[in-house]
Order: sequence, then structure tokens, then C-alpha cells
Amino acid sequence: MSKKARLTPAQRARRRFLASLALTAGVAGASLLGYLPLASGRLEQRLRPPGALREDDFLAACIKCGQCVQVCPVEAIKLSDLDDGFGVGVPHIEARDQACDFSCDGLQCVLACPTGALIHEIAFPSQVDMGAAKVVAPTRCLAVQGKGIKGTARGPDFEGRLRYAEIDRWHPQPVAEHPYDLELCDLCVRQCPIEISIAECAREDEKHRESLGRVAQRQPGECPPRHAIELRAVEGSDGVKRMQPVILDGCVGCGVCEMICPAEPSVIVIDSKESRRSSRGMRA
Amino acid sequence: MSRVMESLRVLFGGTPRRVDKKDMPAEVREVHRQKVGDKERIAALRAELAHKAEHRPPEKKRRLRWTVLIAVNLLFVLSYYFDVQLLEGALTASRFAGFHLADLNSALQVMLAFKHVVINLLIGTTTVFIMWWLMGGRSFCSWVCPYHLLAEWAEMLHLKLRARGMARDIQFDRRTRTWLWLLFAALALATGYTVYETISPTGILSRALIYGPGVALVWVALLLLFEIFFSRRAWCRYACPIGLTYGIVGATSPFTVHYSLPNCFHEGECRKVCLVPHVLDTVIKGRAAAMEVDIGADCTRCLRCVDACPTGALSIKYKGLGDLL
Repeated sequence: MSKKARLTPAQRARRRFLASLALTAGVAGASLLGYLPLASGRLEQRLRPPGALREDDFLAACIKCGQCVQVCPVEAIKLSDLDDGFGVGVPHIEARDQACDFSCDGLQCVLACPTGALIHEIAFPSQVDMGAAKVVAPTRCLAVQGKGIKGTARGPDFEGRLRYAEIDRWHPQPVAEHPYDLELCDLCVRQCPIEISIAECAREDEKHRESLGRVAQRQPGECPPRHAIELRAVEGSDGVKRMQPVILDGCVGCGVCEMICPAEPSVIVIDSKESRRSSRGMRA
Repeated sequence: MSRVMESLRVLFGGTPRRVDKKDMPAEVREVHRQKVGDKERIAALRAELAHKAEHRPPEKKRRLRWTVLIAVNLLFVLSYYFDVQLLEGALTASRFAGFHLADLNSALQVMLAFKHVVINLLIGTTTVFIMWWLMGGRSFCSWVCPYHLLAEWAEMLHLKLRARGMARDIQFDRRTRTWLWLLFAALALATGYTVYETISPTGILSRALIYGPGVALVWVALLLLFEIFFSRRAWCRYACPIGLTYGIVGATSPFTVHYSLPNCFHEGECRKVCLVPHVLDTVIKGRAAAMEVDIGADCTRCLRCVDACPTGALSIKYKGLGDLL
């Protein structure tokens, strides 16, 4: 203490200046550490909510408020933690745990976004560009093995939910309470929201044709124009033909196939890298 | 206008300007001169302060403020928890009954980084700007910011530890906050990332309350520890760019703390409790340049000084409402 008292005003001013410089450097330095997770490429792997602009624009535009989290009926959207650096508070989806199944129909997260980080022009699931499904381990696939599925897809403790429209269109149901009994597993195709939507549109068309003699009036994009996934007989290296899921160009990367796949780990995963790098937030 | 300019200069870190006695109005000089004399009154005040120190009466306005702060943050939490959609989002951006609100500093970071402003963000920013201009700018800090509350608790601990010589109070240059504000604005513009949001304790805490805790809270804990052991209220005083943003907004606000020279006996109780004591330099004996002074833009309208003043020299003032308050 006595040493301090002997400091001249000039010395004190110098100390204060240096301390303030250290504080500035410390605070700025701490914030800039947030670049490291980006540089490591870790964020490129993130699956973002529907309508998300390409990654750098998305990180810039997102105001980190979580309104998208709050409106999602299946609670698929989570906010990233500080280990995502600049991506802290930014929404992402862990598809294996809970995929976006478009239970909300109208892309509620996009409507909730206050800054346009989720592109506002998007209106229908078929316009979404989150990424694309990829069959990464066909040998683990039950269909390839010629196996069916009896019981729940992911076991009794799985917490994920899906829209089972035939049970309740408005309230997503726990996957664990929905057992299957199938000769050949086709869950990835059966639960694909795009495929379900295509089938629904076809049924509606049929109904209208019978009753009114005309096709239902729809907005462009309301019915998916292209298929997303199908089970197809594929010839293996041993020359034997086996049924296998094949991803088609209508896939929007929602992740339901990754979530529902009974194999462990999943045979199908979403690859979001390409779309995170270059997508404008939706399909052309 | 010169009051506002001076208030902004101090907000940016300048030392409050001392007005020469010669330039003060005659009546003000007279008050300053007379103050020395009233020995009886001063003795009575000393006794009152001693009594106060012993009995520690509750700081009523502080309790009210904490209640409001907790209520606002709880409203976010409960709105999501019970899914009533009353106040959706977090402090960075939200919707009140469907109407957009955006934190001014977060909105600024996004605008600079994204370089594109959608209409909803513009609506939210304008609404919040008007709202906090009406409510005093930095009143956001003391009445809403969750970090402020934790920092107040940390400050209590800091003061106890310091009384026992177990903590220090490093004083930084107040211009640090202005430099950091400019730096973060420049970083957002240059890098295209909302760099400040990465370490914003306000955003981190608000999200932690609403969406659950995470690793980010470690950063908040580090800040609090630094304040407890090394520098009283360091983040709010010397660093937080949010505080500066709201300070600028409130520089012309009709809501201020008001100082009345004739009632002041210069005990300095107000400056002891103040987060930003430089705004109260005017209460130092011989400093006030007018009979009535509005406290400057850096003031967070926490009203602790109003509670602390034994002679009623500090009060709440809302321009245009006269004596209604």
C-alpha cells in the first residue's frame, strides 16, 4: 500500500492506461476466440432449421433469440452453446434425436424469425434446402438384409416425436408409442414427410376428380414436385438384387429418415455441408 | 443542447467539466457560499446518517426495481414454459403479444454484420428505441438486464471482501467502453459475424434462463469473479457496449434523476452507492453550476441515489409531467 502512495500522477495514469488496454484486449480477445469453432469446420456440419441462409449469412443475420425454438411443435430446434463460438445461441437440429418433420405445415420457425436469417420467401416444405440424406452404411440396412421390423423403431426410451396424421394430424406422437409390424423395413420411405405429402396430394386429386371432376386448386410448391426417397432393388457386389433406400432429388434434408432408422447407428444421415455452404436458404 | 453534449461526452468516458465559480449564476454562488454555515443542520444530518447506518432501512426503490427485473425475465421464461405466447423469444429479440421487439445493440450487430435489414427487425428496433427513450435509456441496464442483478449481488460481496482487504478495486479508464463499442461495431462490419454476441452476458443469461443452462455460463461466472475480487462492477462500468448503446438512446430522454442544489448537503451518500459516480460529480460541494441539474445519460435510473440521499436533493423527474410524479 505504501508503495502505491508514492506513485506520481503520471505513473498512476500510465498504470490505468495499461490496465485499460489489457481489459480491451482481454474482452476483444475472448470474443474473437469464438472464431475457432468456425475455423475448425465444425459448424459446417450443423443441420440448421428450414430456410436457413448459407452458413456465413446465417450466423450474421441470426439475432440469437430462439423464437424459432419456441414455435416448433416437435421441439426439433436447439440453440447452440458457447462451444460453437460465434454460433452461440444460433439454432440447430440434431436430426437423430428429433428431426424436423414439418408437423407445422407452414414453417412456423421461418415465420417466427425476426431478422430473415430463415428466409421469409419460403412457404412449403418442398422448397426447403437443409441438405440431403445419404445412405452411408447400406450393409446395416434392414431392407438390404431382407429384414422387417416388429415393434418400435428406436426402442421404448426414445423421446422423439413424429406426426402420425392417421392418429392425430395436429399433435405429434411419440415414436416410442407407435410400434410397427412390417415384412420389410421401409420406415425411411414410409415416414418421409415429402413422400407423405405427395401421397396426400394424389389422394386429394383422386377425391376431387371423383366428386367434382376437376383437380384441387393449389399454390405452386404446395405439393412436392419431386420424390425424395424410394425403396429400389439394387444389385450388390455379389450380383444379388436387394431392396435398398435410394435418395432422390426431391429430398430436402429434414432428417426424418435419419431419426426413424432402426439400425444403430443410422444407415441414413443428412449431409448438410453443400447446402450450408452455398444455399440461398431455399430451393431455386 | 450543451447539456446533452456534455452528458454524451461524459458517457463516452470524458471527465465531467468543472464550471468556474465566476461563470455560475449569482444565486448558485450564493448557495455554495452559504452551505458552509448551517452547522446545526449538518450536525442533525450526521446524526441521521449514523442512525441510518445502524438500522439499515430497506432500499424500497431497489426492491421495486429487482421485482420488475425478475418479473420481466420471468415473463419470458413462463411465456415459453406454459406456451402462452405473451413474450416470445429472449432479450436479444422477442415478440410481445405478437409485436416485434429487438434489443438495440443486438439489432445493430446484426445490421452491421448482415448488411441487410428486414422490415420486422426495423419495426422491432424502432419500437424498442422509442420505448427506451421514453423510459430513460440505460434504465434497460438496471431494470431489465439479468447480468445487472447478478453484478449487484457480486458487488455486495465485493464490498464486504474489500472492507476486509480481500479484494481490490482496479479502476479502468472509462473510455474503454467506447473503444470496445467501436471495436465490436467494426468487427461486425468487417467479419460479418456478430462477434459481441459471443460474449454478451446479457444474451447468454437471458437464453440460459429461457432455454436452459450451458457452458456459456462459465464466461458469466468468470466476469462475476473478476468483479468480486479485482474491480467493482467492472463489466457494466468499463466494458458493456449494450450500456453505451442505451446510454446514447437515453441522452435526450424526458426521464432523468433530478438534482436540486438547495436541498443538498454534500454528504456524498449518493456517490457511494452509484454504479456510475461520475454522473453525480455535480453533487460535490461547489460543483453544481445551476440550482437544478438533470443527471447525465450514463445514469441507469436505478434510483439507489434517490433512496440514499438523506435530504431529498435527488428525485425522479419526467419532463412534461411536472409534479405528477
